[in-house]
Formats: sequence, structure tokens, C-alpha cells
Amino acid sequence: MDTSAHDVLLVGGGGAGLRAAIAISEFNPKLSVAVVSKVYPMRSHTVSAEGGAAGVIKPNDTLDEHCYDTISGGDWMCDQDAVELFVREAPKELLRLEHWGCPWSREPDGHVAVRPFGGMKNERTWFAADKTGFHMLHTLFQTSLKYPSVRRYDEWFVTKLLIDDGQVRGVVAIELMTGRIQAILAKSVIICTGGCGKVFPFTTNANIKNGDGMSLALRAGAPLKDMEFVQYHPTGLPFTGILITEAARAEGGWLLNKDGYRYLQDYNLGKPEPTPVLRSMELGPRDRLSQAFVKEYEKGRTIETPYGHVVHLDVRHLGEKKINAKIPFVRELCLKYQGIDPVREMIPVRPVVHYMMGGVSTDINAATPIKGLFAAGEAACVSINGANRLGSNSLTELLVFGARAGLHAAQFASEQKEGNTAAILAQAIDEKRRVEDQFLNKTAGRESISTIREEMQKAMEEGAGIYRTHDSLAKAAETIGKLQERFKDIAISDHSHTFNTELTAAFELSYMLDVAEAIIACALNRKESRGSHQRTDFTKRDDEKFLAHSLVYRNADGSTRVEYLPVTITRWPPAERVYGK
Amino acid sequence: MAKTITLEVARYRPEQEGEPAFENFDVPLNKDWVVLDALNYIKDKLDGSLSYRWSCRMGVCGSCGMMVNGEPKLTCATFLTAYDPGPIRVEPLRYFPIVRDLVVEITDFMSKLKAVKPWIVRDEEKPISEGEYLQTPRQLDNFKQFSMCINCLCCYAACPVVGLDQHFIGPAAIALAQRYNEDSRDQGKEERMDVLSQHDGIWGCTFNGECTRVCPKNVDPAGAIQQYKIKAVTDWYKSLLMPWGKK
Ligand SMILES: Cc1cc2nc3c(=O)[nH]c(=O)nc-3n(C[C@H](O)[C@H](O)[C@H](O)COP(=O)(O)OP(=O)(O)OC[C@H]3O[C@@H](n4cnc5c(N)ncnc54)[C@H](O)[C@@H]3O)c2cc1C
Ligand code: FES
Repeated sequence: MDTSAHDVLLVGGGGAGLRAAIAISEFNPKLSVAVVSKVYPMRSHTVSAEGGAAGVIKPNDTLDEHCYDTISGGDWMCDQDAVELFVREAPKELLRLEHWGCPWSREPDGHVAVRPFGGMKNERTWFAADKTGFHMLHTLFQTSLKYPSVRRYDEWFVTKLLIDDGQVRGVVAIELMTGRIQAILAKSVIICTGGCGKVFPFTTNANIKNGDGMSLALRAGAPLKDMEFVQYHPTGLPFTGILITEAARAEGGWLLNKDGYRYLQDYNLGKPEPTPVLRSMELGPRDRLSQAFVKEYEKGRTIETPYGHVVHLDVRHLGEKKINAKIPFVRELCLKYQGIDPVREMIPVRPVVHYMMGGVSTDINAATPIKGLFAAGEAACVSINGANRLGSNSLTELLVFGARAGLHAAQFASEQKEGNTAAILAQAIDEKRRVEDQFLNKTAGRESISTIREEMQKAMEEGAGIYRTHDSLAKAAETIGKLQERFKDIAISDHSHTFNTELTAAFELSYMLDVAEAIIACALNRKESRGSHQRTDFTKRDDEKFLAHSLVYRNADGSTRVEYLPVTITRWPPAERVYGK
Repeated sequence: MAKTITLEVARYRPEQEGEPAFENFDVPLNKDWVVLDALNYIKDKLDGSLSYRWSCRMGVCGSCGMMVNGEPKLTCATFLTAYDPGPIRVEPLRYFPIVRDLVVEITDFMSKLKAVKPWIVRDEEKPISEGEYLQTPRQLDNFKQFSMCINCLCCYAACPVVGLDQHFIGPAAIALAQRYNEDSRDQGKEERMDVLSQHDGIWGCTFNGECTRVCPKNVDPAGAIQQYKIKAVTDWYKSLLMPWGKK
């Protein structure tokens, strides 16, 4: 079997993966770094982030306020030691990116400009117009090209983590261009595979966001943390799910119901003012805004469209000049994809699955419980996002914890000797056989990939959406269980070795089914309402029982088990979340 | 039944076929669908073996560039209704080797991208503790549009020089070089000029502006090439008249 070997291997070349790669190269240019990515790195989904990245830089702002906003935004589920570290490192990381050439938007005097963002008390969101993720990703990718120790495996698809004696030793991956299945060995591995929005039918997430790394880690024996916390963004375009960034509201946009009424005032989010007020109304946190939408719908005050009910996002009063300067991409997306011009028309929007607060459980150094295995970015859960992430914290998280994962994985790799290569290769050969027998060369099979995918997505939306109950979740659990069974009978018509995307679609579906199971297991067990996890049968937050992270494991028989880990509280004891005051 | 439109899709499976051929598929003519949605419909419902690249479906990841009725397009930003009543011919991007179906080989482009040193070059790094490099909005505007390239490669598929000379470094790579050259924080212009001058083809560019015309992100690679040539010629004059004046 073909093999190659490196010191550190990154699964994923998005923001987190590339930041880690650079950190490793700067730590020690002699360490060989492999970046394995199923798409060319600059296609990774970080590219589509719009609004910005949070970091305290202005004199009127403080680190403690950023901590408090993050912790209260996360409904006290964040580990506060991790938040403090994150907030402290954030400005340095954003500056580093500035030095690498990121075209941050500027003040007239040449300093970096910041904008307000939802749930943030001060203006601290750095932005590059409204293509922040695009510019960050391209800056990181282009900068990474200057490090000769970085070896890229572009368009290689990882199917398995190789674990021997409780320690990670590399991965098995398929080179899409040739179909070659190879073992890529490494002394440490970082999972940077991003989120899993495609588990749901209506999402801002790209086609490639299937929770691959979460499932790989789960199968390898690592727990996932806080998977019940799924963020709905309040403003997606109907049909496409394309995101209209929070920046549109931060710049002054209003949310209106079918009567043209700023309905958020009815939901304990403050009073309507003509200009944006921080931590109030349209700048409240995403979970509360998405929940308010559902209530409006129930009151019959939303607008029916062929693609579901919507409300209106109105930015007309900002004027063409401001729209072009601050949110040009919003205008471009509306014009190109919705056929409307926000300068003159209101934008129809509805809540859309956007971000996964949960992920592979790590400690503050990005380490998972499996020796040598690290995780960073949306695929990981440290946790700084708690029960509800604040917009613009994620892009910064990629940098802070990407760099940290890189550093710790590099240090770990430096201390390791070769593992038991024979045992690892035997495992890799088994995996190759599995890929061939159960997927590539499989001729029997009756189930269609797209049918199972659609049924899974429907079950998740109905059972584990913005509001959940025991019954809705139990029903979803039953459906997903059946789909797991049916997946074994999947039909694959494409047996080609050359760029076989039916093969990868099948793998992605299997990853998503695992992730769906994990989300439901955590959500069923958490009998309280907190942040983005709202149970209509347990409507209150219950700190006595549930001020704890869910850890979901996979048992040997394939079933899941949920355990709890107390939340780390340092300086901010649990309190009520107050907005609009 | 609802109205349909025919897609003539280029198929090529190197393990099965000696050369590309077209296969027709009828898909619903949904007014909200882009060409990419139609391809997804084919893959999900009609033929799971069709291969093409896509990811964001919002015109920013650069994966889904293909020829649509002979024009390089982002298929996620190209509506079916614009081609009613059809047929719509979908082919892989022109001038690139075909890997399979609608997937082209872009490793050559990736090495061209790297060749122009697309990173900030400085004689001396300022420590992070000293804060940001100041850059006024006007200085930002100098290079901003060149930084908007999503590497979709539509410009290569439109460029007659790329068609004639595969060594031509190409519009997107030159625009990227110019993106860094014009960045007030950068000091690597001379190094990059050396790289560009070593590459063939740039003088073959006849400024027909096809690259700029097809760019879905309004980048102006033709303008970048123009700027480069002017700079190269003045540098050449300078080196003749005042060899000491170059750096
Ligand atoms: C539309 C949109 C707008 C957003 N806007 C903002 C914002 O304004 N501010 C903010 O802070 N956050 C924002 N976010 C969230 C943020 O962008 C993401 O959380 C973040 O970019 C994720 O980065 P990542 O590096 O973890 O993963 P990604 O960028 O998704 O990268 C994942 C990588 O893993 C690779 N990969 C996955 N599976 C495999 C496999 N099996 N084998 C090999 N490689 C694999 C992929 O190829 C890719 O390179 C937004 C998100 C979306 C969807
Ligand atoms: S799918 Fe990303 S640009 Fe079209």
C-alpha cells in the first residue's frame, strides 16, 4: 500500500487548518506538515464568511467586556478560562493577519476599522467589507505558500483516522484525481474539517460541510461535546439559504414583520430606535432572534412565500452609498440570487442553520482525549461558544485555536518516535479494503444517496430544529437509526477511480448520519432550555443539573452514550441574560 | 408536467471513453434554479456518476466555473431561465486538461499562482506589539479590486493567449501579483517583476480584454497586465539611462 509520512498532519485547509500549518512552520521549519483537504484550500468554507472577526482593539473597549459578551451570549455554557485566553489572543492574531496582508477595512487615518455586531456591547468586529472570510482565507492560503515545509494534499478525501494503542498515527485518504487510496502517517493530527450544516435541509453551509472530522473522531473513540447546540442565523434568503450577514443589521438594518412592525420589541430585546443600539433589538443574539421569528410565525405575522414563511430585512434607509461601502456583497447576493435590489426593496429572510457550537471535544490546548489528536475551528469544541456563538467570534477562533493547535501538535510531534508501523499499516490495508468492498466496487445496493440524505435532513429539521421536545427528538432518533440501517444497502453506480464524487457523497452521508445521531442524543438528554437549545417540554435553564457540557461517545456496538463535564467558571457566575437594557 | 429544459452535458470518463461526448438530460425549468442546481438534479435523480466541482453555491469559493453555451461562467450564478428555451450546453473550462466530465486539472495554475510570490514581502517585519501598518482607505483602494479574485479560472478559459501558449502565466496570476505590488505594506515588487519577466506570453497579450469581460467578480486582470507592462518598460528605460536608479 502507498504510504507517506510527516510530522504533523492537518485534516482540512480552511481558516483553522491553514493557520495551524503556518504556526507549525514558524515553530520549527524542519517539521514536515501535511495539509490534507478534500477541496483546494481556498475553496474551503471559511471563504464565505461575510461579517467580520471580533477582537478588542479600540481604547473604549476592554477584554473583560468581550469576555462577558461571549459568556452571556453563550448562556453560560462557555468555559471561561478558554474565553479569557481567546479574548486575550484575539487582537494579536488579527494583527498578525494584518501584517500578512489581509485587506481589513480602515478608518480615514489608516487604522483598522471595527463595526458593531450582534450581542456585542462595543464595536470590536474587524471586517474586510463584507467578504471577511474570503479575504482571511486567501491571505492565509497565499501566506502559507511561502513555507517550504508545508506539503499539500489538495483534493484528498480522508476516510479514517489511524489509531494504535490509544495514539493517533495518521489517516487513510483517497486522492480524488486518481482514486489512489493511501496511508498518510504522522506523529500528530489536527482535525480542522469545519462544521456540519448539511445535516439540515436549509443551511448557509456549503456542500462540503458534512461533519467529516466529527464523525472520524467519534469513530476513533473521541467524544464530541455540546452537539445539541445548533445555531440558526435569523437572516437567510429563502430557497437558497444564502446568508445575509449580521453586518446588514449592525449597519442599521431593521427586521419587520408583515405589518412593517419591528417585532423584536415584543420579545424582551429592547425598544426600537432609529439607529442601532448595541446588544439590543436587531443586534440581539442570534438564538433569541431566530426564536422570535418562530413566535411571530405562530402569531400569523410572517409572510408566506413558496419557500416558507419570511420576515423582511429592511436596509433601504441606509442609502445606496452606505450599502455599497459597507455591505456590497449583500447587495450583490440579493441582486444575483434573489433578483431584488436592497437599495430599493426589502429583503425576504428566514432563520437558517448556520453554525455548530459543538464539535470534537478539546481542552484549552486544542488536545482531544486521544494522544496526538488535536482539533480546531468549527469542527472543535473548546468551548468558547457555549450554547450560542456570537457572530464574528468564529473567524477569530480559527486563528487563535488554529495557531494553538498547531503549536501543541508540533510540540507533541517533536517528542514522538515512530509508532508500530506494521500494526498501523495493517489497519490502513483493512481500511483500503473497506473503501473498495463497501463503496467503490459495490455492485449490489438499492438505496439512493440523495433519498437518504433528504430524509435525514427532513427528520432533523422536524425533530431537532429551533424548538424541540422529547417526542420530536425521539421520533428523529428513530428515523436516523433506520436510515443508518438503510445506508448499509446504499447503491453506488460509479466505480471509476477518477474523480469519483458519488463515492465521496456516500462517505459524506455516512458522516452526517453519525453527526445527526450525536446531535439528537445530546438534545434528548438535555432536559432544559439554554441558548440555541430550546425544549418546549423543559422551558427553563437548569443550572443545577445542566451547567455541564454534554460529551457524546460511540459505544463498541455502535450506540451512543452521553456523559457530562462541568463548565469551567472563573469570574462570571451564572446570571440572567439581559438584552435591550 | 412542469416545463423542462435540456442540458447537453459534456461527459468524459477516461477509464471508459476515449474522448469527450455529450449526453442530454431534461431538467425542470425552475425559475429559481441556476445551472448548478440543474447539475445537482441530474446527479441526485438521473445519473449519480456525473462529476463536477462545487461548494458554496454563493459565488465566492470559485469551484464551479464551466463553459455554458461557450462562455466561461460560474454555474452557481447563472440562471437557467436566461437560456430558455434551451438547450444549454455545459462543458469543462476551455484550455485546461479534462480530468473527468466537467472537472479540469488546475495544478498548473496552482504553481503559477505560487510563482508570483503572493504574500507580503518586507525587508523588516514590525513586531505585533507595535500594532498595525497604517493604510488609508485610498491606499486600500489601490489594490482592493485585484484582491477580489476567487480563482475561478474563467479568465483563463477566455484568454486567447492562454489558448496559444500554455506557459503564459495568465490573467489571474498577474492580477494577484499586482494585488501585492500595489499594497502599501509590501516591498516585494522588484522580486515579483523579475518573476513576471521570466515568464513567456505576457508580451503576447493583445489587450482584447476578454479576461476582464468574463470575470464574475469585476476584477480587471487586463488592467493589471497593462500596469505591469508600463512598469516593465519604464524599468527597462531606467536601467538603460540610469542603472543606479533602479532600487
Ligand atoms: C455564510 C457564512 C458566513 C459566516 N460569517 C461569519 C462571520 O462573519 N464571522 C465569523 O466569525 N464567522 C462566520 N461564519 C462561521 C465561520 O466562517 C466558520 O465557522 C469557519 O470559517 C469554519 O472554518 P474552519 O477552518 O473550521 O472550516 P472550513 O473553512 O469549513 O474548512 C474545512 C476544511 O476541511 C476540509 N475537509 C473536510 N472534510 C474533509 C475530509 N473528509 N477529508 C479531507 N479534508 C476535509 C475541507 O476541504 C476544508 O479545507 C460564517 C459561516 C458561514 C457559513
Ligand atoms: S459553488 Fe462556489 S463559486 Fe459557485
